[in-house]
Amino acid sequence: METINVCTNARELHVLAVDDSNIDRKVIERLLKVSSFKVTVVDSGSRALQYLGLEDDKNSAQFDDLKVNLIMTDYSMPGMTGFELLKKIKNSSALKEIPVVIMSSENILTRIDRCLEEGAEDYLLKPVKLSDVRRLKDSILKTEGDEIRQIQSHKRKRNDNLSPASHLKPTPKLARL
Amino acid sequence: MEQSHIKKQINFIKNSLFEQGYLDEQFIQLEDLQDDANPNFVEEIVTSFYSDSTRLIRNVENALENYPLDFCKLDDYMHQFKGSSSSIGAKKVKVECTHFQECCKARNSQGCIRAFQQMKQEHATLKRKLEAYFQISRNE
Repeated sequence: METINVCTNARELHVLAVDDSNIDRKVIERLLKVSSFKVTVVDSGSRALQYLGLEDDKNSAQFDDLKVNLIMTDYSMPGMTGFELLKKIKNSSALKEIPVVIMSSENILTRIDRCLEEGAEDYLLKPVKLSDVRRLKDSILKTEGDEIRQIQSHKRKRNDNLSPASHLKPTPKLARL
Repeated sequence: MEQSHIKKQINFIKNSLFEQGYLDEQFIQLEDLQDDANPNFVEEIVTSFYSDSTRLIRNVENALENYPLDFCKLDDYMHQFKGSSSSIGAKKVKVECTHFQECCKARNSQGCIRAFQQMKQEHATLKRKLEAYFQISRNE
């Protein structure tokens, strides 16, 4: 029986936080650490993409530690806005599955709609609170939990399709010897 | 006995900061993030705020010396200032930033200069009050 190396209960979820404000970076980092996330903080969209680019490395199996489970980005940033970063992530085959949350001090409905339509997981009003982060964590864990249950259920179905005594056969590794 | 007297002082100072509108709920949110391993988080954040905002104030002062005023740039500075003030719960400073932004929208140069003076005053007042608060808190 294969073990799934994605066990969200045993490991910490890794968040990449993006904000050009020094204060806000410190606050979001603390909020996330208090909520038991592993945190990487960068100060711009381009640095975020640089960081995420490591995931394209062909040896990414070695870099499981770097796998990002959630991206939280400020909306208003010089250079690349959070919205532009969101678009780039959602248009990338390697990164599009990563949930992206937008943070903004501005409660502008058209902006919120645009972000959600572009695939943002959520839009949080700043200052971000601990309750926001907790809610986010529950939602991410649930999504990952659902995915794992889906994978497990597919594997069970596959195994059921094999002969009844299949669990008594040697594992594929041994058969190759 | 000594300890509970200091605790009372700390609470008194904190309550008056809230009652007088210098601080808002966000300050409490930050205090809730402190623990034994990070007991001075709020003071660290406030210190960072004051060092960052001093630079920003200088930038605004320079911008206010160039006529005609670049209202776009000034509004941008205020957006940043407002954001970080909001992040530490600096209520009165945030309000003055909003006034400044309104003057930028109205392209009101004199209004901007006045709003900036007000903002600097609130900024300095809060700094004094928070320094006193942290000093007493450290004695706990």
